[in-house]
Amino acid sequence: MAPINPLYTPALMEHSSDPDYKYEMECATCTHEGVNPSCGDDLTLSLRINDKGVIEEAAWQGIGCAVSQASADMMSDLITGMDAHEARDLCEVFKRMARGEEKDPEVLEELGDAACLQSVARMPARVKCAELAWRTLGEMLDERKGTAAGK
Amino acid sequence: MARLYSIDATEEANLGIAGCVSAAAGNPEVADIAKNPFRAEFALLANSPELVYLDSAATEQRPACVLDAQRRFYETMNANPLRGLYRLSIEATEAIARARAHAARFIGAPEADEVVFVRNASEALNLAAKGLAGICDLKPGDEVVISIMEHHSNLIPWQQLCRATGATLVYLRPEKGGDYVISGEEIEAKIGPKTRIVSIGQVSNVLGVENPVRAIAKRAHEMGAYVVVDGAQAVPHMAVDVRDLGADMYAFSAHKIMGPMGIGVLWGKREILEAMPPMLLGGEMIDWVSETEAAWAPIPEKFEAGTQDAAGAYALDAALTYVESIGMDNLVAREHALMRYLVTRMEELPYIEFMGSHDPARHHGAFSFNVAGIHPHDVSSLLDGYNVAIRAGHHCAQPLLTWLGGMGSSCRASIGVYNDKNDIDRLVEGLEGVWGMFHGTN
Repeated sequence: MAPINPLYTPALMEHSSDPDYKYEMECATCTHEGVNPSCGDDLTLSLRINDKGVIEEAAWQGIGCAVSQASADMMSDLITGMDAHEARDLCEVFKRMARGEEKDPEVLEELGDAACLQSVARMPARVKCAELAWRTLGEMLDERKGTAAGK
Repeated sequence: MARLYSIDATEEANLGIAGCVSAAAGNPEVADIAKNPFRAEFALLANSPELVYLDSAATEQRPACVLDAQRRFYETMNANPLRGLYRLSIEATEAIARARAHAARFIGAPEADEVVFVRNASEALNLAAKGLAGICDLKPGDEVVISIMEHHSNLIPWQQLCRATGATLVYLRPEKGGDYVISGEEIEAKIGPKTRIVSIGQVSNVLGVENPVRAIAKRAHEMGAYVVVDGAQAVPHMAVDVRDLGADMYAFSAHKIMGPMGIGVLWGKREILEAMPPMLLGGEMIDWVSETEAAWAPIPEKFEAGTQDAAGAYALDAALTYVESIGMDNLVAREHALMRYLVTRMEELPYIEFMGSHDPARHHGAFSFNVAGIHPHDVSSLLDGYNVAIRAGHHCAQPLLTWLGGMGSSCRASIGVYNDKNDIDRLVEGLEGVWGMFHGTN
């Protein structure tokens, strides 16, 4: 058995090599781009949110490392069918986890597969890879909220 | 009576520095990369037998005698240098003076006073840029020439200087592909009558290629321009003679040549340093101060405000002694043998994309590559699982990586004299494992 960096779990490899949510979405209600200029990671996240504020569909496209891509795929899986406010709260949970501030297994359970990225907290240079999708989602939802409030 | 400190500072210090000799010195097996007479002399490597350290271009490991020198300074000579009138302070002052003379000698500088101690090559290049800005009074229409291969430390100071003055920043570019050499035509085309300053990295920290500094300096001087050389990646891997290169200023960091972190060198020709304004103001750098005025100390103190890292200077002295004990020719022979083997092994892997020349003789310390379709950050993180340490990313040379195209980042394996054949075999094993993980072959 080859030695494995704990971050590269089978779940991560599966989501990065065979992503379920990497496609161009038709009739997205909002789209947002996130980049890590120093890594070359470039992610475009698309959501279809219905009138009740429920995320009916999530998809992403872009280039980047296995960590950023798998993170985007796991996040898309998790937030599909979820209320947008709830998804926004999860962005903060993920951010706290990636920075080593949230370790409570019960809280981390809310992140589903994405909880497997917990070990990134010990790899400071990779935190932004794992966070890219979540940061993009957070920015998108904040913008949407801002737009809605301005109406 | 117990002697608290040496009365004959020179004798004591000389004994200390003379102690920083590699046991492998004079060993005919130095160039045999199947053997490694050095590893045991590097505490971190000796204590981590599983570690394959291939990131020496970022920072080299230090031999035990360099660490001992750092400690010995504080145990036997510690006092604030320069100003004290008692023997201990004089010893500290002399330790700096000897280190200064040694650094000058090591790069072929004619005078010790032309060596300014700074924190690192980055600070040296910032000082050079600020100083030459003071001398040149750049205006719109003037040009500053650097190369596309510069480390950010030799790029941003000039970029921002040009932005502030309206001068134009011009990039020398190597031929893309092949050996990545800057051609004579390129030098003639880019360096001309408008050129006021040329600042060039002697060796690229990404491609490992040595730039034609002599030809560049010759052309620059014909045009009346100043020549600054970033030697951070050259000093550890080749004999350097600043006069032979035609440099007016030369920068390097101690930590890339087995010395401590936090000390570096800016060498400059006396008349340039004397004409330059100081960058930091304060203690030690003045001749006299009144309520309304101050006059600067002579060079090099003019540029060394505040208490200097005397222990660091002493340890740098030791590191240079260690390198000299091996002999630069022997060190280069071993590193070239390592690079030949590295390139040969990498050629065997069909999924390795070379970034830089295929000719190992063109690589001085650094070798950059990509693993087809796998992000360099993944490669490096996964190699860590194999205890193989390499760098991945843009290597503080983002414009170069952007210009080269592709992912905008690369993997980089870089070597030091303490590496051996096994390190490279382990890198290749690790790469096979990484490839297998992404392609289901393990």
